[in-house]
Amino acid sequence: MQKSLHIDPNKCTGCLQCEMACSYENYGAFNISKSRIKVFNFEAAGRKVPYTCTQCAEAWCLHACPVDAIRVDAATGAKVVHESTCVGCKVCTIACPFGTVNYVADTGKVQKCDLCGGQPACAEACPTGAITFVESDWTGLGKMRQWAEKTDTQPRA
Amino acid sequence: MAWAKKILRVNLTKGTCASEPLNMEWAQQYLGQRGLATKYLVSEIDPKVDPLSPDNKLIMTTGPLTGTMASTGGRYSVVTKGPLTGAIACSNSGGYFGAELKQAGWDMIIFEGKSPKPVYLWLENDKAELRDASHLWGTTTWHTEETIKAAHQDPQVRIASIGRAGENGVLYACVVNDLHRAAGRSGVGAVMGSKNLKAVAVRGTVGVTGIKDFKGFLKAAAAAKKVLADNAVTGQGLPKFGTQVLMNVINEVGALPTRNANDVQFEGARNISAEAMHEKRPSDGKSNLVTNAACFGCTIACGRVSQVDKNHWSVVNSPKYWGATGGLEYENAWSLGAANGVDDLDALTVANMICNEDGMDPISFGATVGAVMELYQMGVLKKEQIGIESPFGSAQALIEMAHMTAEGRGFGKEIALGSARLTKKHGHPDLSMSVKGQEFPAYDPRGIQGMGLTYATSNRGACHLRSYTVASEILGVPVKTDPLVTDGKADLVKAFQDATAAFDSSGTCIFTTFAWTLADLAPQIDAACEGGWTLERLAEVGERIWNMERQFNLAAGLTAKDDDLPKRLKTEPAKSGPAKGLVSGIDKMKPEYYKSRGWDANGVPTKDTLSRLGL
Repeated sequence: MQKSLHIDPNKCTGCLQCEMACSYENYGAFNISKSRIKVFNFEAAGRKVPYTCTQCAEAWCLHACPVDAIRVDAATGAKVVHESTCVGCKVCTIACPFGTVNYVADTGKVQKCDLCGGQPACAEACPTGAITFVESDWTGLGKMRQWAEKTDTQPRA
Repeated sequence: MAWAKKILRVNLTKGTCASEPLNMEWAQQYLGQRGLATKYLVSEIDPKVDPLSPDNKLIMTTGPLTGTMASTGGRYSVVTKGPLTGAIACSNSGGYFGAELKQAGWDMIIFEGKSPKPVYLWLENDKAELRDASHLWGTTTWHTEETIKAAHQDPQVRIASIGRAGENGVLYACVVNDLHRAAGRSGVGAVMGSKNLKAVAVRGTVGVTGIKDFKGFLKAAAAAKKVLADNAVTGQGLPKFGTQVLMNVINEVGALPTRNANDVQFEGARNISAEAMHEKRPSDGKSNLVTNAACFGCTIACGRVSQVDKNHWSVVNSPKYWGATGGLEYENAWSLGAANGVDDLDALTVANMICNEDGMDPISFGATVGAVMELYQMGVLKKEQIGIESPFGSAQALIEMAHMTAEGRGFGKEIALGSARLTKKHGHPDLSMSVKGQEFPAYDPRGIQGMGLTYATSNRGACHLRSYTVASEILGVPVKTDPLVTDGKADLVKAFQDATAAFDSSGTCIFTTFAWTLADLAPQIDAACEGGWTLERLAEVGERIWNMERQFNLAAGLTAKDDDLPKRLKTEPAKSGPAKGLVSGIDKMKPEYYKSRGWDANGVPTKDTLSRLGL
């Protein structure tokens, strides 16, 4: 069973625990500038939205890579950058329609979300449930449940 | 170690920026943020210095947990000698600026001297330089943030700045960061303005790397987060209602200072409460509250994001106020509302926006308006002087006074001096609801006796954030005490003051203490910092900080006489509610408090006390 990161922006408060958890997982430090998930603040609308790689089934980044440095992790379905192979050409950053693969000047490689090998640190750190890790086929289950609950129009004794 | 171990010294007179190692011996004695920066300040300035002269210094400081995964670990403080009070000033703020400063690799910035022309500090990791801010001078904090972000082509730059209030010498001007978070009290923004320092812009990509025991720290931080999540106040009340959860509660217990503390209950409280913020307005069918929001690292998220009706008379011609922005916290809803008898929720929200936009402390501003309105009702001040009819309850007068004060025009120049100076000038000094020149906030000492002692003895002038005994006296945290009696309040206030000083020095938020005690903080500090940190040691650090601040104030010329409340609270009994007939028992509590502190009858720490604390 494959799982996906599921984001519910209405629950996000902008605390950036996810960004810190991501940077610690990958760099061993609390450094939000290195986070692979970013929270965007739309100030005037009062909205905060976490955003990261959705792990496309047909991943543009993977197909664009000239050295096959981006490969599928069979266990999680994540498209993973293999740093030892990556040459930092950045073609994947052009190919990705969503901007979720990015170059890291410090390492000369690109980075993207790799689902932490199946236990995403961002989802674990999120205090409000804005980021969850759920069954890929049923990311809509929570919303369906909410609406299902509203269908109760039967007056009760 | 969680300290960056590095401080930046900026000499504004010479235009130089230099890196220095953090004094680690002091870090072990004063922890960080409030404690450590105050230690630097008192070691470097003459206590008698004119707060607005180049000889005063201003320190922006983080704590060891700032920029970490500890819940609420995003705090920073601005420490200086305050122009409103002449006492130590230390104002704490959240948002994202403090964490960015830490992630750039700095524990604190010490500003000294005065720049010959307006400048801002640009700080990108190790790189620090002063840049021209002539084009920003005379503009708001909102404009300043937007302009600097655009100039650096980087939306992730974090900025702390002053608005026109700080430039114009409003004695309660604040430093605003991230548009609507503020180091709010005691006029730290006026000091920044006096130095011609418009803003500090930071981009940090170094991160916090030196946690002593990362795994242990994550475990301690996670356990502490669970405590916050499981607690009714921090887990449910604050996220849903914000600090505004208190408006109806404090009104019910008869401790809501109303119309310049003439009353202790406000008939319009419901209209400006958290509940009202949730309700749909009849005018446009939308609620004032858009959503809640967190500061950096905070798992409580008490912040309010509000939006007013575009057709409200106060904003109908000002589209810049139409978007969502920082909404009313309890203190501001009180100071702009109940303190003046105004119950127009959107008007209060707009007045609060103006305070954010131009960098003014809404507590001191609102309470000063309350004094102006009383003087107007008495006939002492006339419409011709103020520029507008100003009876209690006039939202129009409130908004107009906010504009004129921020912009430094007309009668606004008098409001800018605070209620103590204003009422004295007009012959009624007893009508200033202040201690040491700083206006007290939203808890009436007649109905919550411990808060009277809190205000009277607060080192930075009247303030609720130095010992929030409301937690105990009203909410029963950590133990319930009777708000109407003075017994036991001396020890209670001392314990709260010491614990608060430790929290304020850690990088975490005081609002955690609705659920946390020092026992929840200590394991996080201990895992992050070397030196062996227990709750007993943190309490001792807090007590050391309190006495250090006290010594500075005494050296600055303050005396036991300044530890007192406005006459009204001691002579005019509460007119209604559970506290009806009561006045503040400050005269009984004060000697008990001095004794509990180990101070003599004049409020001076004894030699034994100082030596016990290593001072």
